[in-house]
Amino acid sequence: MASGMQLSRDELGAAYRRMRTIREFEDAVHTEFAAGTIPGFVHLYAGEEASGVGVCMHLDERDAIASTHRGHGHCIAKGVEVGPMMHEIFGRKEGLCGGKGGSMHIADLSKGMLGANGIVGAGAPLVCGAALTAKLLKTGGVAICFYGDGASNQGAVLESYNLAKIWNLPVVFVAEDNGYAEATASAWSVGGTQKGRGEGFGLPSREVDGGDFFAVYEAAGEAIERARSGGGPSLLHVKLNRFYGHFEGDAGTYRLPEEVEAARNADPIELFRQRIVEASLIDASELDAADREIEAEIRACMVAAKAAPMPGEADLMTDIYVAY
Amino acid sequence: MSKKSYRQAINEAMRQEMERDERVILMGEDVAGGTGAAGDQDAWGGPMGVTKGLRPQFGPDRVLDTHLAEISFVGAAAGAALTGLRPIVELMFVDFMGVCFDQILNQTAKFRYMFGGKAVTPLTIRTMYGAGFRAASQHSQCLYPVFTHIPGLKVVLPSNAYEAKGLLIQAIRDDDPVVFFEHKAMYDDEMEVPDEPYAIPFGEANVTREGDDVTIVAFGRMVNFANEAADNLARRGISCTVVDPRTTSPLDTETILETVAETGRLVVVDEAHPRCGMAGDIAGLVAEHAFDSLKAPIKLVTAPHAPVPFSPALEDIYIPGVDKIEAAVAAVLDHDRKVAAE
Amino acid sequence: MTVESRRPTRIPNWWEPEDDGDKASSPEENHMAEIQPITMPKWGLAMEEGMLARWAVDIGTPIELGQEIMDIETSKIANVFESPVTGVLRRRVVADGDTVPVGALLGVVAAPEVSEEAVDDFVRTFLEGFVPEEAGAASGPSAETVEAGGRRIRRLKAGPDTGKPIVFIHGFGADLSTWMLNQAALAEDRPVHAIDLPGHGGSEKALDDGSPAGLATAVIDYMDAEGIESAHLVGHSLGAAIAATIALDAPSRVDGLTLVAPAGFGPEIAGDFIAGFIAESRARKLRPWLEMLVADPQMVTAEMVEDVLKFKRLDGALAALQAVAAANFDGDAQRHSLRDRLADIAAPVHVVWGAEDRILSVAHAEGLPANVTVTVIPGAGHIVHMEKAADVNALIAGA
Repeated sequence: MASGMQLSRDELGAAYRRMRTIREFEDAVHTEFAAGTIPGFVHLYAGEEASGVGVCMHLDERDAIASTHRGHGHCIAKGVEVGPMMHEIFGRKEGLCGGKGGSMHIADLSKGMLGANGIVGAGAPLVCGAALTAKLLKTGGVAICFYGDGASNQGAVLESYNLAKIWNLPVVFVAEDNGYAEATASAWSVGGTQKGRGEGFGLPSREVDGGDFFAVYEAAGEAIERARSGGGPSLLHVKLNRFYGHFEGDAGTYRLPEEVEAARNADPIELFRQRIVEASLIDASELDAADREIEAEIRACMVAAKAAPMPGEADLMTDIYVAY
Repeated sequence: MSKKSYRQAINEAMRQEMERDERVILMGEDVAGGTGAAGDQDAWGGPMGVTKGLRPQFGPDRVLDTHLAEISFVGAAAGAALTGLRPIVELMFVDFMGVCFDQILNQTAKFRYMFGGKAVTPLTIRTMYGAGFRAASQHSQCLYPVFTHIPGLKVVLPSNAYEAKGLLIQAIRDDDPVVFFEHKAMYDDEMEVPDEPYAIPFGEANVTREGDDVTIVAFGRMVNFANEAADNLARRGISCTVVDPRTTSPLDTETILETVAETGRLVVVDEAHPRCGMAGDIAGLVAEHAFDSLKAPIKLVTAPHAPVPFSPALEDIYIPGVDKIEAAVAAVLDHDRKVAAE
Repeated sequence: MTVESRRPTRIPNWWEPEDDGDKASSPEENHMAEIQPITMPKWGLAMEEGMLARWAVDIGTPIELGQEIMDIETSKIANVFESPVTGVLRRRVVADGDTVPVGALLGVVAAPEVSEEAVDDFVRTFLEGFVPEEAGAASGPSAETVEAGGRRIRRLKAGPDTGKPIVFIHGFGADLSTWMLNQAALAEDRPVHAIDLPGHGGSEKALDDGSPAGLATAVIDYMDAEGIESAHLVGHSLGAAIAATIALDAPSRVDGLTLVAPAGFGPEIAGDFIAGFIAESRARKLRPWLEMLVADPQMVTAEMVEDVLKFKRLDGALAALQAVAAANFDGDAQRHSLRDRLADIAAPVHVVWGAEDRILSVAHAEGLPANVTVTVIPGAGHIVHMEKAADVNALIAGA
């Protein structure tokens, strides 16, 4: 926590705004999905903001991240613009991916965001590749793999621990453990511990409280610094809570009501706010103003996305190949 | 110009492209062989010696031995391609797609479309296929129809050493992901191959024989069998056009349809299984677009709907042979006589 | 011979022995008494076998040296085969449609008085002793790359080291293999060089200057590197314009010129051929353009088309072709004219043209200055040196 407090006022403000933007974005999508205006299905990151933002505050344009089906938060944390994101979620032509990817495949390569992913655990090998590029081209970049407790059982992820280790790649594996792989508890589905698994492959591994931005920030900083300086891959087991169900429409009956309530009461954004206000780092009124601004921004991009045109038939057969 | 084997031609293509562009890297199981061991650091150069000599020339940063765990290193190659390198990844036997297909099917092939045309993934997957090596069911399949089915991938089947070099150079320079199929029974086949680099464009079929009576479309190693059959048939006064499509995706439908229009008869030769294979695909294409030019029913010569057997006695009859192609051509021509007799 | 000479090739002086090139007219008994084999010729370096497509003469027919006696098809080229001997065809050893290795016995020619038994003996002995050249085995000269003027030049050198050299210069988009039917025939008593111009064949693809003058520098560099003080230059099309440029700009290097369908003799060229040759990357699309090169389109084989494509696919080849085309042609117009300077050429100049040339019109052969001898060959197109190789070889040998 102490090291997190070393952040400048501007950095703290930026972290708050990013977390707040994620929350506002997800809450808006939650409401609209219930209204039936969003096609397909969406998985929301609300409640997990401190993890994505705590890690990505250390990253810049050299760095790459791979995300999961629950990818909106990682996008925003890595600096992807919310307007084109919202268009994409609505399947609009001006969406980030031309309406061809949607919520589960949202990506912005120009920002080093290698994509949300509809396949659980698929980002881990890709991140090894991104790290290999950074290593061979000597960009100084690192690559972060966000994945869930469910994905931690995928062979692709475990193989990637090994590959990153034997090739000494600048990778950080960030296991975001919200306690449930879909509707099944990770307490039941994960044998051993995430930390123990990482250590088994020779990765320096730590458990982190994902409700505490500063804890994430500090642990990620250490792992990323190790990766950047040629020290190889690390693993962070970030324990957190999701506020909503696995997907929108999930009744969530596998969780007890008091469990969800307890999770919502331990809101990582509120905790962050309390800390910085109590430490007199940023004035509460300033944060309130930011809240209003973000709320207006998300509302505006929601209105714009809903009114925006859909792609046409001419778009069906484009973007399959560079040349064919 | 000098005589080179299929193996040497493939090796030379990789070497010349790695010399030309330092973003080209090679990775795979034992592509060098010996990493971490005390002995030779280029002990194998691939299980068939295809990549031999590349590790000493380009070093361990660009010629990377991997662990024996395909999904992670094939996926790593895809991730590297997505972020600025031009990797060649060796999937030792295409049969091993079973353990890494997600990274090819759901990741590599989909990036460009899912990401709205913003992704460029210049990945080359080299892989061995085909029967005839007494390698049985898990090391002998011809799974190119599976890859051909998937939009976003390009699929290449070089039929000889000249084709292999030019098509592999094109694959490495191509900005789309390419699956490059090397028939393991052809590595020692030699022919004249230019020493200079050259690229053969995808989607342009090669007409290896020109005739009037029957069009034979054949894939990969089968092109050589079809040529041999055509030469034998020529001595009996039957002239065949042989079409080597070179790539199944993209597919040069134009040349296939044109040559069928000229001959009016079609035999398709495919070492893959018959269901959902290239033979049925070409037959469907011709039935849809050139039905009126057909003078006889289409004949398909394929492997059976059976796994590749181990016993040499069984494997030899499993593989479509020159005799079967000749018999199919004769049967197609016989149709005219039967119709005339009625 | 179906040669129509507008001017006599060469008027023999009365004191010279009568046409020393015409060995067929030497005393008959020397030749006719012998039994002579007709064997599968080797047309070009890569030829290992050929198909006797059709006999044009029956057994018992008297045949003359140079008479068209059969059609032969190789993977590279389909062409008529002219008899290398004079006599009566006594045996057809190989039937129509059969493919045999280079050097295999196709037929036997002997005088009528030679007994059947003697002919049979000859055939038996030949067949027993015949060993086909091993596939891929090096036989005769092969192309190699040499360094000349700082460039990598591929060349094929044939013949002895002594004698007046010949240097063959191919045209736009071609390479040294265009002389496959000419080089060996002329290499009996002198060194004969065929080179790939820069940007072409196996030579370096980088080009500084694709004009005739620019490419002439490369040829002179080659002659310097090989120690060739002067040579008889045989050029085809653009190569002929290069040869003529050398004769004008470096007259001491040229003993004589044979210009086959030369560029630079008239205002126009078939620009669509040049564009199509460059543009098409598919064999079936390229073939019609290549068929424009010949009077008889049957002569163009699939492998001939594929060989052109193989060249065009080499790194840098397409750029070189575009550069050479841009330096020499502008649509249907030729950029460089040599016509007004031809009279200044000191060396003997012989121009050969196919009457049915569709690339460079035979009309360009009209009205040339008096120092230029012209032979128009009927039934031939732009690559007359391939289409009527024996005629062109005789003209070069007699020059």
